[in-house]
This record gives sequence, C-alpha cells and structure tokens, in this order.
Amino acid sequence: MAQVSLRRLVKEYEGGVQAVKGIDLEIEDHEFVVLVGPSGCGKSTTLRMIAGLEEITAGEIAIGGEVVNDIPPRDRDIAMVFQNYALYPHMSVFDNISFGLKLRGLPRDEIRRRVDKAARILGIGELLDRKPKALSGGQRQRVAMGRAIVRDPKVFLFDEPLSNLDAKLRVQMRTEIKQVHQTVKTTTIYVTHDQVEAMTLADRVVVMNHGVIEQVGPPNELYRNPATIFVAGFIGSPAMNMIPARLEQAGGGGLRVRLDDQISLPVPEERAARYAPHANRNLLFGIRPEHLTEATRIDKRNLAPITVTLDVIEPMGMETLVHFHINGTSVCGRVDPAAGAEAGEPMALAAHMEHMHLIDRDTGKVL
Amino acid sequence: MTAAAATRDFPRFYGKVGSLHRERLWALRLSYASLILAAIIFLAPPVYMLITSIKTNAEMANQSLNPWLVRNPTLEHYMAILGNPVFLTFFKNSIIVTLVVVAITMVISVLAAFALSRMRFWGSQVLATGVFLTYLVPDTLLFIPLYQIVGGLGLLNSIWGLVLVYPTLTVPFCTWIMIGYFASIPKELDEAALIDGATWPQMLLKIFIPVALPGIIAATIFAFTVSWAAFVYPTAFITRPEEMPLTIGIVSQLVRGDTFAWGQIMAGALLAALPPVVVYVFLMDYYIAGLTAGATKG
Repeated sequence: MAQVSLRRLVKEYEGGVQAVKGIDLEIEDHEFVVLVGPSGCGKSTTLRMIAGLEEITAGEIAIGGEVVNDIPPRDRDIAMVFQNYALYPHMSVFDNISFGLKLRGLPRDEIRRRVDKAARILGIGELLDRKPKALSGGQRQRVAMGRAIVRDPKVFLFDEPLSNLDAKLRVQMRTEIKQVHQTVKTTTIYVTHDQVEAMTLADRVVVMNHGVIEQVGPPNELYRNPATIFVAGFIGSPAMNMIPARLEQAGGGGLRVRLDDQISLPVPEERAARYAPHANRNLLFGIRPEHLTEATRIDKRNLAPITVTLDVIEPMGMETLVHFHINGTSVCGRVDPAAGAEAGEPMALAAHMEHMHLIDRDTGKVL
Repeated sequence: MTAAAATRDFPRFYGKVGSLHRERLWALRLSYASLILAAIIFLAPPVYMLITSIKTNAEMANQSLNPWLVRNPTLEHYMAILGNPVFLTFFKNSIIVTLVVVAITMVISVLAAFALSRMRFWGSQVLATGVFLTYLVPDTLLFIPLYQIVGGLGLLNSIWGLVLVYPTLTVPFCTWIMIGYFASIPKELDEAALIDGATWPQMLLKIFIPVALPGIIAATIFAFTVSWAAFVYPTAFITRPEEMPLTIGIVSQLVRGDTFAWGQIMAGALLAALPPVVVYVFLMDYYIAGLTAGATKG
C-alpha cells in the first residue's frame, strides 16, 4: 500500500494537444480518490499515466515515494480494472484471476489460497471454472476486480468500471466496490464521469475539466463549497441554479442580490464582509434546488421569500421538482409533494440564503 | 386526402407488396435455388473426375456410352498409382514442402502481424500496407527473377528451393489476415496483460495466439492450400521426377507425348485433392467463430 503523488503532470499528444496540463495531486495511503469530469477532461489519461500505459510528457509520478516515470506497468505494482472488463476470453475465471500470480512465479498452493480468498471477498467462488462468456456483466466485473485484488498491489486503478452495467446493477456494484475497499484498504484511484458515483465512493473527489484540476475535496465539501462555476454546475443533480444577478448596497450597510425588477434577496449578515468588495457588480447568483423550497418550512432565519409562476412540475415521490423562470433564466426548486405545487399557478417559495453562492462571471470563481 | 381515404388505401398497398411471411418464403426459395446451382457448378468437375477414375480404359474410350455413368467400376487406376513408387515420392515431397512452408509462414506472419498491429513504431503503417502490396504481384511475374535467385543458391531441382520461394506467396497474405485479426482484439486485453506482469513474448504466447486461434487457423488453411496446390514454381524450378511435388508430378509422369493416362490422372488428382479436404474438415472443428465473446462487453 502506498501514497501516490502527481507533480506538474503533463500529457501532450502528437500535434500539440494537451490532455493533461500540469496537475498536482497527493493521494494518501488507503485513500479512495475519484477523478471525475466530463469526457475529454483528462481523467482517464491521468489514470493511464499512473498505470504506465501512457507515456508522461512532463512532470513526475511517484508511487510509494518512488518515481515511476520510466518503470513499465508490470513493475509498478498496480492493478487496473477496465470499463470493458478485459477478461482473457480463453481462460477460466480461476486462470483469469491467477494469471498475474502465475507470471510472477508464485507457488501453486499460494496461488490457490489467494484466488480462493479473493473469490470469497467477491462472492464468485462457484464461478471459478467458467469461461468469461458464460458470465453476466456483473459477474465479469467481479472477476475483473478479483484479478486486481488477488495481486495485493500498492494501488488499485479503476477506469469507469461500472459504465457498461445497467442502472440497477451499477448501484449494487458501487456498494460492493466500496465494501471491497473497506476490506482490503488498498489505495484506490477511480475514474468516472458520473458525479453520483464520485460522491458516493470517494474519500476525496478530484474534479477535472479541460486537463486541469478544478477542485479537490471530500464529497460534501465539494457539494457545499464549490470553488468554481464548473464544480458548482457539475456536482449535484439537478444542477445548481445560476441566475444573473447584481449585488447591491442596501440601506443599513447590508447587501442585496437583485435578480430582476421585483426580486431582490438579502445577503446573510455573516457573508456581508466577504461579498462587500464585489458590491455593484454583475455576478451569478448560485443556489441549489433544495434551497429553493416552499415558504412554509420552519427555519425563518435567512429565508427570503420569492413568488414565482411555475412552468413545469416533476413529482419524484419523496419530493417535487418545480421549474420556473427568473429574468429569462430557467430555475429549479424542490418542494414537498404536499405543498400543492401546480403548473401554471403562482407559488410562494423561499430561498435559503445561508446556502447561496456568488460567482464571478469573468473568472468563473465562486466568491 | 381525407382520413377515410387513407385507411382505404392501406390494405391495397400491402396487398401489392405481399405479406412479410410470403416475402421470407420467396427469399428462402431463391437462396436454395442459387445454392443448388452453385453446388452443381462446383461439384461437377470432381464428380466427373471420380467417375472417370473408376472406369476401365475401354469404357473411357467408348464414345457411344454416356460419360456420366459407370458400367464396370474398377480400382485398377488407384492400384496403379498407389503401387507406383514415383507417385509415393511425389506425395512425400508435397507433404514435406507443405508442412515446412506452413510452419515458416505461420511463425513469420504471426510475429510480423503482432509487431505491426500492436507495437506502434515509426513506419509501421507503411510497412503493413507494403506487406499487402507484395501479395498483389503475381507469381507468374516473379518466377523468372526467382529462378535466378534459386539457381544462384544451387537449389534448382530441389524441394528446398520450393520451401524457400513458397513463403513469398503465403507470408504477405497470412500476415495481412493476422493483422486484421489482431486488430480486432481489444486493446484493453494487452493492457491488462501488461499490468498483470506479462512481457511482450508472454503476451503473444499466452493471450494473442490463443485468442486469435480462429484467425491463425484461417491463415494456416490458406498457407496449406497455396503450397499444396502450387504449380507455376515447381514447373519452373523442378525437372527431376524424384524432387517433384504431386501437382506437377502427375502431369509430367502420366502424360507421355500425346498419350494421356486419363484414369490414372484422375485417380492421382483425386488422391492429391484428398489431404486439403481432410485438413479443412479437421480444422473447421476448431474454427470456432466468436471465441473472443465474453472478453469485453459483447
């Protein structure tokens, strides 16, 4: 087990396209880190550089304190699970899992013992004699994980391992991956484009975009305090509302966020000092749907009333999503199913201002 | 058009085309008809060979009889061929040449295809195309320069001269087949093997060759057929009967001037055609398409 360090890591492809633009990242021993971002953000390239499957253009990768830039994959002591499983089709499950051990010349009873242990952890003991084509998608994914854990490597690398599974199985395998990590505690780097997977699995989430790291942090920290407009929009579903707004000086030293001619919301006192330098600027007002609720909810502090006309309502069972427009921008709120939301009707909502964000439109930074 | 008119037009429209069931039936009939026609075209010559090979010489010479019928079947031509030591030498020569050529071809083309399809190096793309282009040069064009080369090496009138030149016909095509087959193996498979600790040779032996077995068998069948049936090169390079393979042996030994020993020629040709048939039948059992199913999401 080991920590992984990426220092000013760059990947440039032929033709000068930079997939990864000099990222720094320290991953602790036993940590489960998820690299998340849209396709083409450089997350898979980063993982493949750690695996040794892509050459490093510049910078440094260290695993367990040792720089591995010029070390071939087989000597890096890593294991990788691929999106399409990459099982050896002509080998049984047992041979698939034990292939790496055989190549390393382990004694047969030791191989048997390790494969049995891995199979027990993953619940695939009765599948060991089967060929991959006789397995279901979930079983194949388990075998691919077995091939990784049996080697007891320093680092696990997962490259979108659940993307080929159907929605239900994906949720189930997500839990299993987390359980396996809690059992074996191997440092894990996991790549996905699915922010829900990132949130649910990670100790720390690394949000990447256009080859740079936008923000690193624990899932809830990223959710509550996104650093950039990209993270704010990427993490969370439905996405955070971002409404063009103007920060105005109000009487008595307070600040107000003006959304349109009618709606002007008070900024909480504790944020006043932080936002004061940006007064009288055009910014983006960010607020998550769950912080735009029906007006009747109890906590009166920092609740700013807004009355809107609903365009569409989406009942989800445990909650109802309401969609409306403020100043030409589509906005989503979350209300109680019993709150009586109806499309085409006006509704009194409340904005929970202690959860508000202000975003600088020019720099994309959350203020 | 009104809605009523539209619904009235529907049945007539479908009636013209015919139902799906009837269309399928016609497609089936047509395919069987073309298959039977093809079978007749391809099977007529070997059947005629078989019929001729079991006729007596007298029956063959009698022009008043129907050539497709046998009145007094006989194995005398087969006995004559199999009892002739020269013919057995032809057989032995063909077997040696073919086995050695197939072995050489498969080693070279599997290694070449592996390198060209997986190890990206400068010029690998051009080289892969170049390999195929060499296959497009016909052997009738090459046998004159090759005659000089084989003669210069002192291998004229030797089966080893054939072993040397046949791979020029087999290697390019087999390499091309194998490049295509290796290219269809998902890249993640070699990456997984690399991470599992395999070296390039281990990856080739333990992953690529087993997974690409159907492709390797296809290439083997091709190399076998080409070397077994080669005619131009042995005609040009071999004149001594004891070094001849079957293809030219039969023609050179059983045609004396303008006397054709038709019965023996047909019997010999059928016996010569037998090994490829056996090889096809035997290898087809192993030619299991879809061996790669299950490697990745199917």
